[in-house]
Amino acid sequence: MAVIKVERKPLSLAERSYMPGILAGMRITIRHLLGRPDTMEYPEERPAIPPGYRGAPTLVKDPHGREKCVSCQLCEFVCPPKAIRITPGTVPEGAGVDHVEKAPQAFDIDMLRCIYCGLCEEVCPEEAIFLLNQYSMTGYSRSEMVNHKDRLYEMGGTLPDRHFKWDVKKAAELGAGGQH
Amino acid sequence: MIQPAATDLITVNVDGREIAVPKGTNMIEAARRLGTDIPHYCYHPKLAVVGNCRMCLVELGMAAVDPATKAPVMDPATGRPKINWRPGIACAANASAGLHVRTTSPLVKDFREGVMEFLLINHPLDCPICDQAGECKLQEQATGYGRGYSRYIEQKNVKPKRTQLGPRVTLDDERCILCSRCIRFCKDVAKDDVLGFTDRGSYSTLSCYPGRKLENNYSLNTVDICPVGALTSTDFRFKMRVWFLKQTSSIDTESSVGANTVVWSREGAVYRITPRQNDAVNDTWMADSGRLLYKAIRSAERLDAARVDGSSSALDFALAAAAGILAKGGVGVVGSGRSSVEELFLTAKLAKALKAPAWLVSRTGEGDGLLVSADRNPNVRGALVTGLISSLPSARLDELAARIDAGEIRSVVSVGEDLAAAGIGAKRLAKVSVVYLGTHSNPTSACARVVLPTLTVFEKSGTLVNQQFRIQKFARAVPGLTGAADDLLVLSRLVSAAGGPGLGADAPSLWASISQEVPALATMSYDDMPATGLLLDAAPWSQLAFAEGPSLHYQPAQAQKEAPARG
Repeated sequence: MAVIKVERKPLSLAERSYMPGILAGMRITIRHLLGRPDTMEYPEERPAIPPGYRGAPTLVKDPHGREKCVSCQLCEFVCPPKAIRITPGTVPEGAGVDHVEKAPQAFDIDMLRCIYCGLCEEVCPEEAIFLLNQYSMTGYSRSEMVNHKDRLYEMGGTLPDRHFKWDVKKAAELGAGGQH
Repeated sequence: MIQPAATDLITVNVDGREIAVPKGTNMIEAARRLGTDIPHYCYHPKLAVVGNCRMCLVELGMAAVDPATKAPVMDPATGRPKINWRPGIACAANASAGLHVRTTSPLVKDFREGVMEFLLINHPLDCPICDQAGECKLQEQATGYGRGYSRYIEQKNVKPKRTQLGPRVTLDDERCILCSRCIRFCKDVAKDDVLGFTDRGSYSTLSCYPGRKLENNYSLNTVDICPVGALTSTDFRFKMRVWFLKQTSSIDTESSVGANTVVWSREGAVYRITPRQNDAVNDTWMADSGRLLYKAIRSAERLDAARVDGSSSALDFALAAAAGILAKGGVGVVGSGRSSVEELFLTAKLAKALKAPAWLVSRTGEGDGLLVSADRNPNVRGALVTGLISSLPSARLDELAARIDAGEIRSVVSVGEDLAAAGIGAKRLAKVSVVYLGTHSNPTSACARVVLPTLTVFEKSGTLVNQQFRIQKFARAVPGLTGAADDLLVLSRLVSAAGGPGLGADAPSLWASISQEVPALATMSYDDMPATGLLLDAAPWSQLAFAEGPSLHYQPAQAQKEAPARG
């Protein structure tokens, strides 16, 4: 292979003195020294979470305090790292929730497995599981890192509901459309 | 196999393809033979045709003929005979010569979309909590022919959501699409006509006859054939979504009928048992009692550790202790009609190696003439075929008792049989050393010197010979209980300890010996056995008076002989 020799250009006086380079560097340093800091004092100071952020998955209740999850297990099915485990259960008749028949007996999300992909939220037909703001999970043991049902509801709280599916059903039963 | 000569075949044309089908075949079945699926709800191959769901609407047509000349009218556009098309339901259209069916035309798509829209008018949006989701015909067809949104602005009907139709069946009336399969099943197959529709129009409701319940031993078949989630099994209700469950082919071991089943399990736990179609044995049905057998797997009574003289020990140690007991001689072997053919083969080997007499305990009840026979042992014929016994067993082991009393038999190997219940009694049991192989504890295991825990039918593979002398395979659905060992392993170790040949400890490798040594199974191999089983030659045992009466697809040989005499 042919070798092409490139002539090195001789350095000018300014270049040989290094001064312009040093000054340009100093300018950047001073600008950062005087300007707004890029980092924050993390544990005391927390970043603002943008809408649509995918934090830890949580379970939510509707504004009437009803459990929205019906344990259809679609999130368990879709979860790529198999972080979700659900034990379905029956809501006994006369439990004070009209027309709701099924709710999870146990709902565990293993946060050591969760990859925050949000597929569980996307697949949920009842809008019961949401990835909310919480991003920092710590614990001393593996079992501590599994969020059980009560903790998931505590983290999720209540979100506005557009459907109130069960109330619609109750209205239909009481209204003229219902036969029984 | 050489096909019998075709008789009464009628050629029909489905989507331009011709097929010859037997007389009486309807167009759904004719299309199925060509691999064309015609959606349907109310039609079931084993039930009467009623044609009330209208989902199988297709275009039917016959070649047009000139009224005057009776000559076929030709279509000038195509140059072929002209077909007069009309809509018709495929389930009620039996094959007739020259019948044409169109299943893919735009009009047929319109039919299906129209029927689907009406069926979905009052259907609740229950799929997230519905047990049928994943195996629901309505869900499947909604994917292909559903609208995706509803034009219905009126309020949907509200109907009872959890009616207990009987001890095992829960009805959700809102989901019912009024196909009447369950009604026809109860009336025609179970012969217990308790279901019917009340009210009219969209208020129609499936209900039980007042004062009656759907409580016959075949009630759960209505759940299986329900195309939607209206009838659900109370036992399986809300337990697990079906798409998580693994299906394993198995055999119902409650009686000698040997109904073919599917065991549905997830992560080592069985959730339900449903019938598997075998037109020569159980069609598509099975008894409710057989569906609960899986509860024995996780019973508190399960034996989960080998025991020697009452204290738990390692399997190897217990096997050595058992071999020590058996080496002293004076052994009697009590096999089980619930063991598989392979296990009975090894039991026979064990009896031969020990030069010990062998018995079986019979277990009888009342046969229901359908799918529970009088003989409640699933594999007595397997014991005959493998040569463990040569005559039919009785319920009491009187001969064994007499020989224990005479001091001839000093130790007994029992394969899962409760000797105390079979007429041996606690006093005699105290006189002998018992080696007990079994799944669950009972009075015999409690007083046995060596207990070797084994597996239930769901945890092992093998074959059973049913009342028709049909050998059928069952496969392992879930892993064995920790601490329990495969029956074949335990038996083959006992055989080799007793000085017998070293044999394989799993069904496929054991079959090399079985097909060599058992004349009735000489031409078979475990791997090649078809899913519906193989019929054995029953001639060598035709003189035996078996306990079974007639049942579905089975006529006892005796009755067949007597029938001409009576006529």
